[in-house]
Amino acid sequence: MSVTLEIENLSVALPQGADRALALGGVSLALRAGEILCVVGESGSGKSMTANAIMRLLPVGVGVSGGAIRFEGRDILTLPEAEMRRLRGRRIAMVFQEPMTALNPLRPIGDQIGEMFRTHTGLGRAEIDARVIGLLDEVRLPDPRSVARAYAHELSGGQRQRAMIAMALALEPTVLIADEPTTALDVTTQAQILHLIRDLQRKKGTAVLFITHDFGVVGEIADRVAVMQNGQMVEEGRAADVLDRPSHAYTRMLLAAVPPLAAPPARAVSSETALSIDQVSKTYLTRGSGLRKRSTLALDNVTLSLPKGSTLGIVGESGSGKSTLAKCLVRLIAPDAGAIRLGDVDLAHLSRREARQATARIQMVFQDPYGSLNPRRRAGDLVAQGPIAHGIAPQAARARAKGLFALVGLDPAATERYPHEFSGGQRQRIGLARALALEPQILVADEPVSSLDVSVQAQVLELLTQLRARLGLSMVFITHDLRVAAQICDRVAVMKDGRVVEEGLAADVFGAPRHAYTQALIEAIPRRRQPPP
Amino acid sequence: MRILALAGRRLLSSVPTLLIILAGLFLLLQLAPGDTVDALVAQMGGGDQKMADELRRFYGLDAPVVVQLGRYMWRLVQLDLGYSAIYGKPVANVILERLPATLLLMGSALSFAFFAGIALGILAARRVNQWPDTLISTLGLVFYATPSFWFGLMGIVVFAVKLAWLPPGGFETVGAGYAGLARVLDIARYLVLPTLTLALIFLAIYLRIMRASMLEVLTLDFVRTARAKGVAEQAVIVRHVLRNALLPVVTLIGLQAGTMLGGSVVVESVFALPGLGRLAYESVVQRDLNTLLGIVFVSALLVITVNFVVDLIYARLDPRIG
Amino acid sequence: MTTFWRLYARSPAAVAGLALLILVIAMAMTAGLLFPGNPLELAGPPLIWPFQDARFPLGTDNSGRDIAAQIFHGARISLLIGLCAMALAIAIGIVLGALAGFYAGLADDILMRITEAFQTLPNFLLLLVLVAVFGSTLPTVAIAIGLVSWQAPARLTRAEFLSLRTREFVQAGRTIGLGDATLIFREILPNALPPVIVYASVVMAVAILLESALAFLSLSDPNVASWGNLIGLGRGVLRSEWYVSAIPGVAILVTVLAVSLVGQGLNDALNPRLRRR
Repeated sequence: MSVTLEIENLSVALPQGADRALALGGVSLALRAGEILCVVGESGSGKSMTANAIMRLLPVGVGVSGGAIRFEGRDILTLPEAEMRRLRGRRIAMVFQEPMTALNPLRPIGDQIGEMFRTHTGLGRAEIDARVIGLLDEVRLPDPRSVARAYAHELSGGQRQRAMIAMALALEPTVLIADEPTTALDVTTQAQILHLIRDLQRKKGTAVLFITHDFGVVGEIADRVAVMQNGQMVEEGRAADVLDRPSHAYTRMLLAAVPPLAAPPARAVSSETALSIDQVSKTYLTRGSGLRKRSTLALDNVTLSLPKGSTLGIVGESGSGKSTLAKCLVRLIAPDAGAIRLGDVDLAHLSRREARQATARIQMVFQDPYGSLNPRRRAGDLVAQGPIAHGIAPQAARARAKGLFALVGLDPAATERYPHEFSGGQRQRIGLARALALEPQILVADEPVSSLDVSVQAQVLELLTQLRARLGLSMVFITHDLRVAAQICDRVAVMKDGRVVEEGLAADVFGAPRHAYTQALIEAIPRRRQPPP
Repeated sequence: MRILALAGRRLLSSVPTLLIILAGLFLLLQLAPGDTVDALVAQMGGGDQKMADELRRFYGLDAPVVVQLGRYMWRLVQLDLGYSAIYGKPVANVILERLPATLLLMGSALSFAFFAGIALGILAARRVNQWPDTLISTLGLVFYATPSFWFGLMGIVVFAVKLAWLPPGGFETVGAGYAGLARVLDIARYLVLPTLTLALIFLAIYLRIMRASMLEVLTLDFVRTARAKGVAEQAVIVRHVLRNALLPVVTLIGLQAGTMLGGSVVVESVFALPGLGRLAYESVVQRDLNTLLGIVFVSALLVITVNFVVDLIYARLDPRIG
Repeated sequence: MTTFWRLYARSPAAVAGLALLILVIAMAMTAGLLFPGNPLELAGPPLIWPFQDARFPLGTDNSGRDIAAQIFHGARISLLIGLCAMALAIAIGIVLGALAGFYAGLADDILMRITEAFQTLPNFLLLLVLVAVFGSTLPTVAIAIGLVSWQAPARLTRAEFLSLRTREFVQAGRTIGLGDATLIFREILPNALPPVIVYASVVMAVAILLESALAFLSLSDPNVASWGNLIGLGRGVLRSEWYVSAIPGVAILVTVLAVSLVGQGLNDALNPRLRRR
């Protein structure tokens, strides 16, 4: 197969003061017609920078310092800007990660897709409109006419991404660059978009450069794989070769960090109940446009129980109600109905003052390592705050903080540093230390590893497992990733639209799901499919 | 239609605000030393206590404050703004006489400030950190720091006294008897300096906001998408950046309508224009309560109207509203 | 601290502004030394042009008072009024904005109504009314200007609080049992303050302009050497001795420019990421 796009020894320099001199250091890559090449790497690997370099849309201050990029034999780095513009969109097209912000909020979708035609072709209005409708139909959007008239905020995430794909493929480009197009979407939507890209690619013979951090996605659609780390290409080859027989240590580490598709065997748990959630309901009233109030049923009669010393996983996509449930458990929100019993205390029916005291027994670890720590307080103070607010002397509280730092694997001397001096994984450990400072019986972890790189995720999960054993914690683990839940949870509950649709031992829910939604969730997880014999 | 309903709702909710303002001001003004009668008596060159008391009873100023307030609000609802003791005419008439000059001044100042400010802001953003940007931004800063009345005075010195290109004050050539187009041009000549003076600070503000807004929008994702589609830079600016960047500036017009009315007080004083601003100043000095409250009422109405129009325009620009 | 100054000094405009501001402050502080006595006292023959007489480097006004003395003493007035009015406006604005932004709901609605009322009423008119009611002494004028200037800082603070209160570190603070007062003052406020502090320079600049406008209309304190007073006085001789109005105007321009530049410099220094713009 001929090489359509070839990157030869490309180096891209960052401006002075960045954390390293080169964003890309001597990267070489070959993309052939009709194949999907997945570029895999964690954050900071330079994968997005490669895409921007190909399109010659590097950010201000960042420039190519060496190498060449050949498209159909021509070095496009030396092309004048006007000619490069003619290539963009028509021969090389791009799909971005966040469809909400990648579309102009003030113009209808059809107008923006039509812009492709208006910029590169001389077609008339009627012809363009017809083609736009055709494209929207091809990406399987129901009712293409109303989608063409709609604005970005009126569509769902999956619909927006389909529209973006339609826009990118409008002029049947030779190369499609997809920069993490499914990362911001729900698992089920993600699966649909992946299949759409693969089907369209097969039909039109486009060469696709697919950037991702998820090896599951690689297994699902890649023909070839390239692994990047810190601006370097560390491994490259056919998908089967790299996935089965990785040669570089980094690749092996990344593959090992992906949670497997089988749950570990169940372990013995106590029969005592630490926390019982009994028919909890919550409705949100939002002031919509006009005088009508829109009501959303966030939780609908949820009943669950957490055995002492075990971990209960709550799995669901966005809008399932899992975050609302987490907030009810720590009394950030009060449920409208039902009871949450911790021992003999009903958390749902406490006054605000009583709730403040009771919450010492049930603590939360938050999702965003960057937003969950006050940037203006020292790390040690953040951990000591809770005990001080509950009456412990400041000296003792700070000593406790140092002890907790050691417990979560951080240097006790680091209590004097500010949050921005720590990495994402380290910040989550600080958050964990803060939650453990009040010596709670129950720990609620709300998507604690979702914002972390894959390699760091494994470490934090390992830490949680250790702490659970050492401190005898009972945990509620909230996540959208069923694989992660299966690794660390004893029991798993699957939620959809505010209701629990399935609940049971992790191995059962994962291995033999009974509800259709759970089955769809598991089926949607991207992974290597063995071709039928 | 939804846009109209939304803006209409905002309009309706301004009514209680209006009433609160007027009631508040009425009560506040009771605390002022001296009242209309004192000013009248001073104007007449003195008088005895009995006459003052008679006058007070005639104007209803001897009743308790709450009663006076009640009476005022009742008349207001019937759109009766009361009687100006100083001018000897109904307040509504006095205000209507002075309204055109202020409306004309504000209208032209706002248009000039808006269009010039936006144009300069776009120019500065396109050539950011190069010399056109530095020049425009510096000019903007200087305009912002210039006291408007001083600029007016200096304008008079340069253009009216030294160069004699423009008149030093007034609304039109008195006694010339112009009509039709000739009159329009005549008034326009008289309004050049006042318009520039009033527009100055707002020009600076719109310039700065437009420039910042353009620079902000240029970093947004959908601009990157447009470039990735191969759209030429000029088209990216016009078709994608401009409308998005205009939104904060449009909002600002509504927020600053009141400030501009306040500014007209000073400008009308400098250029001796027969407008509402100068009337407000005079009624404060002369303790003409009715006229002052009438002016506040009318200017609040003006501000509310401007906000209403701005809401409509904004909703037209941004489909996410409503 | 040194990193802050380094960041600040990166912008030549900010440094120039600081230099100008220091100049104005120096004028204010040396006024008593260089021009002892009451600047509003008769000093010499009226309407002497600047640079004519060594005794009166900037000339004299209609009443024969030394213009240079009035400029120097006027610096005190402008800076004083600017600072006091700004302090009052910021204090009110922060408190109201924090409460409205933190508690949202009813508190927010009430604040929005009040702010709307103040906005619908042209604030210069309100200023006129306040001065008419409460008098024209310097403290009254400063308080009045503060009272018409609190809306923008309040709106700014409210916006910051509304966005910060949903951030996870605030929610985390709640779960570990921190009370409302602690959350507002120790957690959120330090993060919300930077944009408000920067805006304080704008408030001060506007306060100086407002006071000079009042003085021009003869509604400010007539017993002090305010720059606006002098401009108003010079109006009578504008055709011939225009310098009487011109000079104090330049003084106002320089001061307000200096305050604005310093404010912008502060903004760039506190937000180094945005500096390149």
